[in-house]
Amino acid sequence: MSLKHILKSIFIEPLALISRDKAGLIGFIILVGILFMSFIGPYFVKLDTEVKLDKIYQFPSREHILGTDNQGRDIFSQIVNGGKDVIIVAFLAGLISTLIAVTLGSLSAYAGGITDTIIMFITEIILTIPQFPLLAVLAAFIRLTNPTMLALIIGFLGWPALARAIRAQVLSIRERDYIEAARVLDLGRAHIIFSEILPNMLSYIVISFIMAMTGAVYSQVGLIILGLVPFYGHNWGLMIQLAWTRGAIFYKGSIFYILSPIIAIALFQWSAITFTRSLEGIFNPRLRTGE
Amino acid sequence: MDTRILSIEDLSIEYSNVRGKVKAVRDVKLDLYKGENLALIGESGSGKTTLGTAIIRLLPHSGYIKKGKIIYMGNGKEYNIAQFSETELRQFRWKEIAMVFQSALNSFNPVLKVWDQIFDTAKAHGLNNRAIVREKAIDVLRFVQLDPERVINSYPHELSGGMRQRVLIALSLFLEPKILILDEPTTALDILTQRNIIELLRIIKEDMGLSMIFISHDLSLAAELADRVATMYAGAIVELGNVNDIFYHPRHPYTLGLIKAVPTVSSSFRELYSIPGSPPDLINFIPGCKFYPRCEYKIKDCEMTEPILVEVEPRHFVACLRYKEIADGR
Amino acid sequence: MEDNVIVRLDHVSKFFTVRTSIFGGRKVAQVIGNLSLSIKRGGILCLVGESGCGKTTTGKLIVGLARPTSGKVLFEGQDIWDMDGESFRRYRKSVQIIHQDPYSSLNPMHRVYNILSAPLLRHRIVKDKSEAEKKVLELLEKVDLTPPEDFIYKHPHQLSGGQRQRVVIARSLTLDPKFIVADEAVSMLDVSIRLSIIDILRRLKSEANVTFLFITHDLAMAKYFGWEGRIAVMYLGRIVEIGLTPRVIENPLHPYTKALLMAIPEADPEITNLLNLPPGCTFNPRCPFWIEGLCEKQEPSLFEPEKDHYVACHLFKGNDRPTDRTSSI
Repeated sequence: MSLKHILKSIFIEPLALISRDKAGLIGFIILVGILFMSFIGPYFVKLDTEVKLDKIYQFPSREHILGTDNQGRDIFSQIVNGGKDVIIVAFLAGLISTLIAVTLGSLSAYAGGITDTIIMFITEIILTIPQFPLLAVLAAFIRLTNPTMLALIIGFLGWPALARAIRAQVLSIRERDYIEAARVLDLGRAHIIFSEILPNMLSYIVISFIMAMTGAVYSQVGLIILGLVPFYGHNWGLMIQLAWTRGAIFYKGSIFYILSPIIAIALFQWSAITFTRSLEGIFNPRLRTGE
Repeated sequence: MDTRILSIEDLSIEYSNVRGKVKAVRDVKLDLYKGENLALIGESGSGKTTLGTAIIRLLPHSGYIKKGKIIYMGNGKEYNIAQFSETELRQFRWKEIAMVFQSALNSFNPVLKVWDQIFDTAKAHGLNNRAIVREKAIDVLRFVQLDPERVINSYPHELSGGMRQRVLIALSLFLEPKILILDEPTTALDILTQRNIIELLRIIKEDMGLSMIFISHDLSLAAELADRVATMYAGAIVELGNVNDIFYHPRHPYTLGLIKAVPTVSSSFRELYSIPGSPPDLINFIPGCKFYPRCEYKIKDCEMTEPILVEVEPRHFVACLRYKEIADGR
Repeated sequence: MEDNVIVRLDHVSKFFTVRTSIFGGRKVAQVIGNLSLSIKRGGILCLVGESGCGKTTTGKLIVGLARPTSGKVLFEGQDIWDMDGESFRRYRKSVQIIHQDPYSSLNPMHRVYNILSAPLLRHRIVKDKSEAEKKVLELLEKVDLTPPEDFIYKHPHQLSGGQRQRVVIARSLTLDPKFIVADEAVSMLDVSIRLSIIDILRRLKSEANVTFLFITHDLAMAKYFGWEGRIAVMYLGRIVEIGLTPRVIENPLHPYTKALLMAIPEADPEITNLLNLPPGCTFNPRCPFWIEGLCEKQEPSLFEPEKDHYVACHLFKGNDRPTDRTSSI
């Protein structure tokens, strides 16, 4: 296969498929933009840590696009540098949740019987416990000193809802003729789950992952705002926490300080979710053109 | 004297698709005479369902009439259905022409009783008087050999497939239309139920003097009920004639192929064979005759020239360059 | 126990319990009742009936996809639900199924190569990918998907219904089965290609001596495929008539079988149209013994093959003194 062919299938074809759904394309563009800003941006826009008491809560200007915070520091640089940690933790947490949910959900659905009953029982117990208060309590007991710990905890609490959805999907796919044929051909349980069933659920799984990730963003930011996560680095959640505790919601001038991280987070969530609309086009071989 | 009731002229219908335009019906010319049963026979992709649904303008969103006329001759006048407005269509459908759709067995709302669905349909067409609708419903259900009281008060799942089909046929006869179009009326049914429906349709034809169009891939349905048969391939009519001509003196290789491909219980193992190849791509057509790749009578001319319908015997039309050479079907 | 019998159903019943109320009331639906059946190696049994008669369930019981509520399903003399691991694996390889719907019996995410190579690789019938590819090409040729290179890397949605069904047949052949259950294998295909698929199955029977259970509601197709085998007619979970195909078709005994045969719509207008009598012998369109060139051209006289027994049929020509038809009989 020529280089042109490879480039085409990695870049152009998926782009063409994504742009089938106009909203999905916009979501994709904004998502990529935010990722770019958060991971590559920091090399260009250094975090402004200099305290300038004469420039407190300044309105946006040419010098400071989003204005300054309560200590005169540039807000824009904070936004550019503030996404990385949040996104990484959310990504990890979403990944952990999805992996657990897919494994347990599909095993539960395919094996049926006692296995199903036990797994669903555990799932339901965790589901009925209010997520966020539980998280808050756990955060108080476990010393959350590094982001991985945080991701693990959020991930381990987030899988039950996904598992039920995955299980329902697998239950319906399990009855299809090609799965029956695979059983009669004695292809084995593992093969059937991972090679036959799951590939048909790819877009569903990716959507579940994105939902898990966005959920993790909220859990994370919630914990940070409540001050339950010890200060580490700098991120959007922290910005909201600091702005809030400094009373930024009471001043007209400080509105950018508190709104900027909120809008950044909301934009990230929205673009990720809207992007899922394009996923059907990518994963469904029937919608692919020219093969 | 013109006893035609429907005249389709140069009708072409297309569907928009990501890959291009699907030319589902191409330059079809067809007449339906008063009181006759016409069978449209063809396989998947032949265009028969598209043609049928186009007559009452119920094509799906992606379909549209590219050109041509659908002339309905009724009440002493001629109307072009292809140009009807939404209001005109609403008055026209169900009253002049009615249709029973394919897998209509599943078109019942499972949570409503049959009566509710009948009355809803009647209301949608402007009949609001409960008593009148009820009386008419009882009449028409009895006509299709159902027990009206029992059926009206039942839920769809309480009725068998055959009974549901009868209810739909009854519904279509509600306003005594002049033309009835049936799309695969017996396909999803069991053999014994099929027999009952066929007999019912025979009675309807005799008692009500309607003109009927049957759309099917099942040749035996045509043999049982049709006066004339049109075989369709790749969106065009390839042969048209009365039922005996089609079955005993077919002149188009496709018609011949269809007849020879169907084993029957009662006849001997005459030469049975299957038509090789697959249905054509309706987006990118090959030039010339569309049946060329699968035809065993093909000659060089067939590859570039698309044959047009030619009258080879009175009222028997064939679109094939070699119709003279094609011997009798058996 | 004859060892020519490959599959046997021994007083098999299959019930489904249906909950009729939220308080736990249950009703039992008996899908198959006390069914006994045996199929000889290399034979063909056509299972015919209308929907709901239990024929599909019978197929699933034989293939091991459903378990009988009572009774035994025996493969080569052994109860499949009572086999040890090794025997059960062998049974699985030997008994395969062909489904009705070519649109749902192939995994849409897999290419033809994956679909056919998966069983080959798993059961180590081939050692590696290159051997697998060779074998897959061979299988595609066997089901008339030629040239096989054109099909091997396609996805199911790029194939027509008939092509998909051929891939399904090829898949069922990967493990070299001895017994195939064809559940309405051609019902969802276009009429013009059904025969080509049936012919592949017939070839399999004659070349590899594969035994078939041919499930269908189409008696004409059953007659065509199973002419040299037997037909069993099922009604509400029981067999009402079973016998050699020619005998059952020509001399149906059970009223249900008779009703089925009479109800079949015929692709022959003459049967229903008495106003257009065919030339020659009036029965010639329906006659299984039709002599081409004679019967549709000449009306037979009454012959007397044995004393006082007359028949108007060319088959009996020359078999004794022809009689003047006008004489009283």
